[in-house]
Amino acid sequence: MTMGKLPAWAVQRVSRRHEKLIQTALFLCAALSVLTTAAIILVLLGNAVYAPGARNAFFEQVSLWEFLTGTHWKPVDGPAGRFGIIPLLSGTIMVAVIASLVSVPAGLGAAIYMSEYAAPREREFLKPVLEILAGIPSVVYGFFALKFITPWILKPALGFLGLELGTFNALSAGIVVGIMVTPLIASLSEDVIRSVPRSLREAAYALGSTRFDVSVRVVVPAALSGILAAFLLAFSRAIGETMAVVIAGGQQPIATLNPLRGAQTMTSFMVHASTGDSAADSISRMSIYAIGIALFAITLTINLISGWILRRYREVYQ
Amino acid sequence: MPTLSSGNVPPSVAGVDRDLDMSAHPAAIEARHLDFYYGEHQVLFDVSLTVPERSVTALIGPSGCGKSTFLRTMNRMNDLIEGSRCQGEILVEGQNIMDPAVDVVLLRKHVGMVFQKSTPFPKSIFDNVAYGPRVAGEKNRAVLADLVESCLRKAALWEEVKDRLTTSAMSLSGGQQQRLCIARTLATDPRIILMDEPASALDPASTDRIENLIGELCANYTIVIVTHNMQQASRVSHQTAFFYKGKLIESGPTMKIFTHPSEKKTEDYITGRFG
Repeated sequence: MTMGKLPAWAVQRVSRRHEKLIQTALFLCAALSVLTTAAIILVLLGNAVYAPGARNAFFEQVSLWEFLTGTHWKPVDGPAGRFGIIPLLSGTIMVAVIASLVSVPAGLGAAIYMSEYAAPREREFLKPVLEILAGIPSVVYGFFALKFITPWILKPALGFLGLELGTFNALSAGIVVGIMVTPLIASLSEDVIRSVPRSLREAAYALGSTRFDVSVRVVVPAALSGILAAFLLAFSRAIGETMAVVIAGGQQPIATLNPLRGAQTMTSFMVHASTGDSAADSISRMSIYAIGIALFAITLTINLISGWILRRYREVYQ
Repeated sequence: MPTLSSGNVPPSVAGVDRDLDMSAHPAAIEARHLDFYYGEHQVLFDVSLTVPERSVTALIGPSGCGKSTFLRTMNRMNDLIEGSRCQGEILVEGQNIMDPAVDVVLLRKHVGMVFQKSTPFPKSIFDNVAYGPRVAGEKNRAVLADLVESCLRKAALWEEVKDRLTTSAMSLSGGQQQRLCIARTLATDPRIILMDEPASALDPASTDRIENLIGELCANYTIVIVTHNMQQASRVSHQTAFFYKGKLIESGPTMKIFTHPSEKKTEDYITGRFG
């Protein structure tokens, strides 16, 4: 309702249609990631759980029980095929656990050093270096593991102990994935550690604490929820890591927790199988999607748990 | 405008005898010609002050006058501030604490500190009080339990928390948290306690309890307290030192400062002409 003649300042002279356009464009950007996620889930489900048309989806041919509990993974067409996820799961967990054993102490140590010990100038130097480490392509890490860590570090060290190490092995893959996710842990942990109020540190120093006491007894416990969330995110990242484990870890789907021999992880199986020459609607090809769903479920669960920890256990400082 | 007369000075809290002759008390702290800088910015100018043992010294003055900085030189808390620099001497029981050979960790156990904002660690009440002894290496659970109890008693908190020592210290009220911080400081067995506006964030009832606590503690500890509240300074202290723009304008027995200050500046501040 217009009330009489509007004053000049209240009348729009220039068209604001472009405002509407900008808003729409920005909305589409935001929607893109949601749509992509939805599409991925659809593709996974459409091949693994229920396939429209004449094709049979993976779980229409293999029972969920067999998939989850089977200890043999032999993804071939015909009666010889065995589709138990355990060997791939064991390989994946093994690599991720080794990666955590490397990255948790290294990442947390780096975070504590940067926030509690380093002079400002040192920190300004260290932070970008860590980011460079995070920016190296994973295929490079893979070759680093295969061509350097395995032959030059692990083989001599383990040989000294009388242990034999395969050219492809879960140990080197785990170590290199650990190196890859160390910057993630360091960076996320440093952020939460630095958000611990200065007053808490001063109080601790005033009680006769050394720097180490302050770090370990006050600052880390106060930031623990954020640090745990960082660990979990890194773990989930390690589970999803692909190229490095394809190159260094080998392709042997064996249900074992021996890191000295080759192992196939869920991701490296997916790479391996998608480069094979089986028909697109064969069960061996369909199994990729089943593994994809399992992987998706695992990492999603971990990420949700990490978010929950962050919200649930965050210390609130006034 | 209040005038300067002893009738206008509130009565002291129990345990603080403002007529106490402190010349008999040996010096707990002696600052000698102290200059202090943050970077190029000088915040303390030639400050000299003697704090007698087992007494309360109040540092007063307007915001930014350097009283907190001066307090923080006494346990070298300013070491934590990048680019700070100190010249002159501070003797704690005769030892110059600026000497690089002095172990700052041990100094801070000897000279405890309570802050304006209560700073309980996100741990249980017990673990808060036991923190100091633990970093000092005490592991015996029974020894720690005795110490926690006696310190909470000294801080007048024991009766309120004895049934919930394992609950988080964050669940205490502001006044309780501040008394917990005092108990935590006592647990390191200090001889001197520095208090940086310990009651300024508290309600009047909690402030009362802190002031009474100071009266009790000064029988055994030397206390230096920074306060914005001049009534508080007059209630809890034997000696008052007035700071203005980084200089110690004057110091002396609290009753004298509040009734017959020698300096015009002190009188103006105490009677509320500025600040």
